[in-house]
Amino acid sequence: MTNSIDEIEFTDAIFAIGTNTTENHPVIGAKVKRAVRQRGAKLIVADPREIDLVKYATLYLRQKPGTDVALLNGMMNVIISEGLYDKEYVENRTEGFEAMKKVVEKYTPKHASKITGIPAQDIITAARLYAKARVASILYTMGITQHTTGVDNVKSIANLAMLCGYVGVEGGGVNPLRGQNNVQGACDMGALPVVFTGYQPVGSDEARAKFEKAWGVTLPPKPGLTIVETLNAAHEGKVKALYVMGENPMLSDPDLNHAKEALEHLDLLVVQDILLSETAQLAHVVLPAACFAEKEGTFSNTERRVQMVRKAVKAPGQAKADWEIISELSTKMGYPMNYANPEAVMREINQLTPSYAGITYARLEKEGLQWPCPNADHPGTKYLHINRFSRGLGLFTAIEYIPPAELPDKEYPFMMTTGRVLYQYHTGTMSRLSQGITERAPESLVEINPKDAKKLKVKEGQFVKVSSRRGSVQAKSTVTERVPPGVIFMNFHFKEAAVNLLTNPALDPIAKIPEYKVCAVKVEAA
Amino acid sequence: MGQNKLTLTIDGKQMEATMGQTILEVARENGINIPTLCQYAKTTNVGACRVCVVEVEGARTLVASCCMPVNQGMVIKTDTKAVRDAQRLIIELLWSSGDHNCLTCEQNGNCELQNLVYWLQLEKPRFPISPPGYPIERTNTMIERDLNKCILCGRCVRACNEIQVNEVLDYARRGSRSKVGPAFDTDYIDSECFFCGECVDSCPVGAITFKQARFQGRPWELKKVRTTCTYCGVGCQMDLNLHDGKIVKVTGNREYGQPNEGSLCVKGRFGMDFVHSPDRLKTPLIRKNGELKEATWDEAYSYIAEKLSVIKKAHGPDSIAGFSSARATNEENYLFQKFLRAVIGTNNVDHCARL
Ligand code: SF4
Ligand code: SF4
Ligand code: SF4
Ligand code: FES
Repeated sequence: MTNSIDEIEFTDAIFAIGTNTTENHPVIGAKVKRAVRQRGAKLIVADPREIDLVKYATLYLRQKPGTDVALLNGMMNVIISEGLYDKEYVENRTEGFEAMKKVVEKYTPKHASKITGIPAQDIITAARLYAKARVASILYTMGITQHTTGVDNVKSIANLAMLCGYVGVEGGGVNPLRGQNNVQGACDMGALPVVFTGYQPVGSDEARAKFEKAWGVTLPPKPGLTIVETLNAAHEGKVKALYVMGENPMLSDPDLNHAKEALEHLDLLVVQDILLSETAQLAHVVLPAACFAEKEGTFSNTERRVQMVRKAVKAPGQAKADWEIISELSTKMGYPMNYANPEAVMREINQLTPSYAGITYARLEKEGLQWPCPNADHPGTKYLHINRFSRGLGLFTAIEYIPPAELPDKEYPFMMTTGRVLYQYHTGTMSRLSQGITERAPESLVEINPKDAKKLKVKEGQFVKVSSRRGSVQAKSTVTERVPPGVIFMNFHFKEAAVNLLTNPALDPIAKIPEYKVCAVKVEAA
Repeated sequence: MGQNKLTLTIDGKQMEATMGQTILEVARENGINIPTLCQYAKTTNVGACRVCVVEVEGARTLVASCCMPVNQGMVIKTDTKAVRDAQRLIIELLWSSGDHNCLTCEQNGNCELQNLVYWLQLEKPRFPISPPGYPIERTNTMIERDLNKCILCGRCVRACNEIQVNEVLDYARRGSRSKVGPAFDTDYIDSECFFCGECVDSCPVGAITFKQARFQGRPWELKKVRTTCTYCGVGCQMDLNLHDGKIVKVTGNREYGQPNEGSLCVKGRFGMDFVHSPDRLKTPLIRKNGELKEATWDEAYSYIAEKLSVIKKAHGPDSIAGFSSARATNEENYLFQKFLRAVIGTNNVDHCARL
């Protein structure tokens, strides 16, 4: 997030696009609802599904799945043609406006309406609500990124926010809400194929020299493989060994059959986890890990706030904390890692990572700190890009709408979109063990519009078979207006109805994120 | 003195206040204790219980300090006989109209009604005890409700509507008595309730409690450890409540401030069963003859170290890859990428942020 969670409650307008906030980030959802109910903030919700947040919305836009760029371009078209944009901001703080304007010109409300299915008048209203606010915040999540055009979607959102001068101001910003507790931290810590900690590129001689000196080794400049690329390489026999720490690609990969084959090809699969996940069942070696309540350390939340994780209970049996396991294995392999505790690791992070330099355990004791926090006296950073973008001027990108990689056709006439539900989490390994939660959400449900249900002769609670070009699964149906006709929704928490047997592994060309959010399926009564 | 500053007197002491503050706020800022029940920070002051009454010079009746804004020159007394008499009457009425059997109540020792009975030195209520006789709601695993203990302070209703804005709870009438609960007087499990548990944390007595924590340790036996939630990216601060080395329940703490100000959702609140699950991995496992068999750490480390060295020698460092975890800590993610880069010599490290 460029801005902070608490600012959401006090902003003037909120544009929530592709985020089912009340289910996926409930406590942020509460702040959005408070902004609306108690402070009169305007709320625009854009989502193919009529999610709970719609109840609180000033305006609801139901776009066809995968048409976000057209919607955003349409809004910008209105904002530019009506002169509602922040000319001074665009002039002084950004570049690339003219090129962007030229592309956007084509996306008249009428044209955008044709692509998105949203009435032209609503696009105009949304544009005015957003642009005329004193300050407005954009929230988004996987609904935006899990597309073959994910990077385009994100850049379009940045275009819109900069156009109105809402980046670098309190209450504004471009705010991706992170799905997992420490996605932000994993990225910050360089668990990515192209960067060290704090996004220092592995390709930079200077960065490499610094880490080589600190670690006493020579380091490779060649970028590494992403998860999906790794699985492909394993399939082809190019990657022989894989070490998986606390992940379950066997349920989260976009093409499960392919993932299973890839893992079975490996000469060595090591899985380190708290439970025997689907992936661990395929491993050559399984290492028992402590869970968050059994160790010390820090997580970084979606607003860049680094916070303490504390040991409350003892790990079961011989399970050990991940940091201990890695250190011991490394030492065994001839590279000693002798850290007394996680705090000692953080001290090393402080030295190598400018944005984390001032974040010490002593300071975190009372309250978390938001990076960048470059030194021990720095109070942390509530919102980014004040007066200046990291790259200098904010860059507008001209972006054309590209349809999703797979659209419905005769054989697969439905569009399927996927996501989470409030009560479950990710691949369900943790949340499904909770008795209370399981009572509330015991099984996977396929959402089908009443019109489609009637045509298919499917009744509430009846089992349906959902198939795509890649596979098929069965699950119970729930007949609801939450989804529009022609669209079904499934969640990815249940291995019994693993939607990733169906989803399209087509990747965004830059971010390499698979298109979980749209694929073509057929639905039959089972 | 600034324009919106004023002075007043509480219990004979002169103090400064800001226009718009309530008597209660000014008193608390200055270390003067006024008891409250229905008042709940960050929600509307409804003035329902009147436990917070004080005497204001010139006023004809006692005033509820939680609702009364201060004025220049106000003279306030918080501990007169009239104030205490009024408070005793209120507490005795609440006490006698409910089933306040502290012997078996989960909130024994952590109950605002019990605290007030003790503070006011009440031996027993002057009215006969006559609880409403509601059945106890035990129809779900997460939240238990015993409305025979409800003092109708309305905190749960405001917590649900004004803090979580879930808009589930309201007042209903049932015979001569009011009742709090979901619409149509249904049980939580049959309502739109999201099981965020905000109402449980807000309840000053033992009317709404955590069902799984029943008989699992009394308030003074529980140890609280502050930590960060392991589910979504909000990073809520929470207290794990421990007894005998086990997590018994999870509570919010409003003093921790950002990012969640004490609020939680169903996952953070009720999703911790996995920690003590019998399915947890307890020893390293190595595959032998197609089956995963228990092994020691030494065996596991040796096996991995040897295999990795052989593969690296034969096929180069880029034939090895690692998936780090969005669930592990920063320190662990740091060490994991360091391991692949410095020890193996490859940049093949990623995590599932993109999945
Ligand atoms: S658990 Fe949450 S949603 Fe349910 S009644 Fe209580 S406050 Fe409302
Ligand atoms: S249930 Fe608790 S919080 Fe709700 S009105 Fe009764 S006593 Fe107050
Ligand atoms: S309590 Fe709920 S909202 Fe808060 S971090 Fe955990 S999962 Fe997210
Ligand atoms: S606390 Fe003031 S009326 Fe209840």
